[in-house]
Amino acid sequence: MSTVQHNMSLTGEPPKTLNTVQKIATIIGMFGLAILLLASFNVTFPNKAVWLSISLLSITGGIILFARGAYANELEGIKNHGVWFKSVSSRGFLAWITGIALTGFYIVLYFYAEYLGLNANGENTGVISLFDPLSRLLNGNPASQWFVYGTLYTIAIFAFGIKFIWKYRHNRYERIRTMSVMFFQTAFAFLIPEFMARLNTSEAYNLPYYDLKSVWPLNYYLFDGYSLDGLLSSGNLGLYMLLFGVASIFIITPILTYKYGKRWYCSWVCGCGGLAETAGDPFRHLSDKSMFAWKVERWVVHSVLVFAVVMTTALVSTYLGNDSNAYWLTKDVFLIGAGVFLTLIFAGIWFFKRDALKKDARYGAVGYFVIIIALLGIHYGSGNSNIFIFEAAVLRQWYGFLIGAIFSGVIGTGFYPIFGSRVWCRFGCPMAAILGLQQRLFSRFRITTNGGQCISCGNCSTYCEMGIDVRAYAQKGENIVRASCVGCGICSAVCPRGVLKLENGPMESRIDSNQVLLGNDVDLIALVNKK
Amino acid sequence: MEHIVIIGNGISGVTAARHIRKLSDKRITIISAETEHFFSRTALMYIYMGHMKYEHTKPYEDWFWEKNKIELKRAYVNEVMHEEKQLLLEDGAKISYDKLIIAVGSKSNKFGWPGQDLDGVQGLYSYQDLETLEQYAPNKKVCKRAVIVGGGLIGIELAEMLHTRGIPVTFLVRESSFWNGILPNGESEMINRHIKNHHIDLRLGVNLKEILADENGRARAVVVAETAEEIPCDLVGLTAGVSPNVDFLKGSGIELGRGVKVNRYLETNVPDVYAIGDCAEQREAIGKRRTIEAVWYTGRMMGETIAQTICGNRIQYNPGNWFNSAKFFDIEYQTYGWVNSNEQLPDYEEHFHWIHEDDTKCLTIATHKETGKFLGINTFGIRMRHEVFDTWLTDDRGTDYVVQYLALANFDPEFYRSFESQVLEAYTNQTINA
Repeated sequence: MSTVQHNMSLTGEPPKTLNTVQKIATIIGMFGLAILLLASFNVTFPNKAVWLSISLLSITGGIILFARGAYANELEGIKNHGVWFKSVSSRGFLAWITGIALTGFYIVLYFYAEYLGLNANGENTGVISLFDPLSRLLNGNPASQWFVYGTLYTIAIFAFGIKFIWKYRHNRYERIRTMSVMFFQTAFAFLIPEFMARLNTSEAYNLPYYDLKSVWPLNYYLFDGYSLDGLLSSGNLGLYMLLFGVASIFIITPILTYKYGKRWYCSWVCGCGGLAETAGDPFRHLSDKSMFAWKVERWVVHSVLVFAVVMTTALVSTYLGNDSNAYWLTKDVFLIGAGVFLTLIFAGIWFFKRDALKKDARYGAVGYFVIIIALLGIHYGSGNSNIFIFEAAVLRQWYGFLIGAIFSGVIGTGFYPIFGSRVWCRFGCPMAAILGLQQRLFSRFRITTNGGQCISCGNCSTYCEMGIDVRAYAQKGENIVRASCVGCGICSAVCPRGVLKLENGPMESRIDSNQVLLGNDVDLIALVNKK
Repeated sequence: MEHIVIIGNGISGVTAARHIRKLSDKRITIISAETEHFFSRTALMYIYMGHMKYEHTKPYEDWFWEKNKIELKRAYVNEVMHEEKQLLLEDGAKISYDKLIIAVGSKSNKFGWPGQDLDGVQGLYSYQDLETLEQYAPNKKVCKRAVIVGGGLIGIELAEMLHTRGIPVTFLVRESSFWNGILPNGESEMINRHIKNHHIDLRLGVNLKEILADENGRARAVVVAETAEEIPCDLVGLTAGVSPNVDFLKGSGIELGRGVKVNRYLETNVPDVYAIGDCAEQREAIGKRRTIEAVWYTGRMMGETIAQTICGNRIQYNPGNWFNSAKFFDIEYQTYGWVNSNEQLPDYEEHFHWIHEDDTKCLTIATHKETGKFLGINTFGIRMRHEVFDTWLTDDRGTDYVVQYLALANFDPEFYRSFESQVLEAYTNQTINA
């Protein structure tokens, strides 16, 4: 389209332009951010509680007012007008600026918190000190960089959640789902852990920060030595929390995923998913839909899972002792138990579900199984002095650095405006990998295709944040059962012909690769499906 | 190796090519002058609206064609020389074929209006139409007003498109109510109101008299026939339907009516030449269908059918129960079976109409007066399950049954409020009153 006029103005004509309300909203929000920025450059604010309130309210209010400007005067319906024209949502100049700023923020947050004013041995300064009043109010202690991050994160999910609800107000599934992620972030990820920290003022409690909805292996620090120590030295409450953590992964998660698919977690409860669905919504269409990206995704995400399993097994076995008289669960018992458990899972999948696996999935499954069992074997055979072939602590350190910080934070969120909102969930999250396996193999969830109504327009694929080529299935009349699908429901929402519906139903013939394009002569359907 | 040449890379031609490839290793060439790769024509509007870019409208990645050994040729066919089994291309080159499938689609109708060929006057069908639209209506400064002539599915889509760029739209519709040659009155009137809610200047029951030019040969205004009103504008959208794009076949010896005449096997009068999709015209109507069906779904079905025939299993084009869908701004429309408009209503057909108080959802069920048989349903703002209605139509269910079990057919997303009980109540009351 050589005739299109490209200009550099940031707020061109409709649908790119910002209206007056949105411009005012932007100024208010930026004012709130500016306070935080000034604080991080050590401008001292006289009354921290007041200025923090002004800042956070401006940010929240600015976002909500922006949403009002965008959607209040529009009739209900899908309004993705100009998404690919706007600089910020089409990898333009603003997108790169935002991406670089976010990435920089994450690097400082994870590795240079002292620049934010963190001072472990004395009074905080900078932006962290601005958050001290709120932190003291909630947990009794001065703020840390994680408290600052948690507060901003919660505000982002809350305020952009309201924007999302406004945008999709005609869609009850989206409304309810978004209220759910807003609730779980505010209550479970933010408030409850802060209140729990108050318990620690008593001698009887030594609880680590624990977001109860964050399940291992996403919550990979649950089995760190300090975390186990803390939980086990905090009486019954600590023990119950540890048991709940173990039950979450082995009992609660499989049951819920069987009934509803992994969406119950990834797009209804999870904090990473919550941010992606709300603040990340304007970038969901930037995910890569190519077959190549899908292949990369499968190898990378499952590799991270294997890494997490090996790392955690090493950590726990290091934590445990060798004396079976002291405690029944010794290093050896644990390692043999882990080996047997993984073998049973592998054998079960291989025996019952091999046909559901593609060729590379089979190679991957066998390869990873051999690697894990070999590591367990090496460790077991080599006496207990060496932990696998790496030190558990080193493994843990590298996992925390590569996966916990770089992948989930810097790349996962920092690159929202470039790679889309679910990079971490799609390529990096080991929890998503486990849930994905369950969803693909043992779940009632699917996205149903409505007979022959698909017109191959591509809205579903374009707006799939997980990069699933939804259209490829819909235009063949096939149900969509993909490990990566987080059940956000947007494909169904943006479909102009009512073709897609998220459903829970019987497992039987859930994955049916036959073409069921209704409207055809029935004999022709039979012929087309003859392989 | 037999060489199958397909003119046209739309849904019909591409479906034919894919299925021929599934069934055989014949050499396949698709010729198109429009674009290098297959894209979804129905998604053109979303490119202009900024929902998608052109690349997103391509249903298959670019490596697909080579991997499946489907050759793509970007060229315009000037002439079909069926005696030599050759095609003459615009650049003078020739391509030989063993079997030829004509799948060239449609072109926008022009009814001889004065000024219809001026700059800034266009239909909306092809990728090139989208390019000229970007040229003449990139924004509300260049295009201060647009006038759309013709109240069908493309007209309302064009109105929605221009509206997203803040361009004021006047929408001239010949009928007394939007699309009421197809839709029953209750539905048509609800859509009228919806169009106006989007601030479109909808003019019903008016015709275009002529399009006036400025000194550069560019459209500057339209004149309304009934009122002689002159409406200044910078773009005129002609959306009064489409017709088969078959002018290049005149004099070729291939029999033409409005489209390429085909029998039930989609064969033309010339051996080894077939026609499918929008450009094919059935010699006799199939059931209540029109002889020319310019619909995505029927194009796809014809593609699948012709692939069987080409690969040695000669079968008839035998479409099942009629269905279709569209979207009018924010309101989705689906239809299963036959619901006739009030204008076309046969003696035996009666309607049950239900409309929601928010004025964005309604449905109409057509019933056979004597037998009570369910003939078809139109739904607006409520998604229905194709499979269920297909079964009910095939099984000759009665309307009483359909209304009773309507919930089984609901395809709205989870947690949506459902209206089946309201519909049932209204239906029952109506039956009692009658």
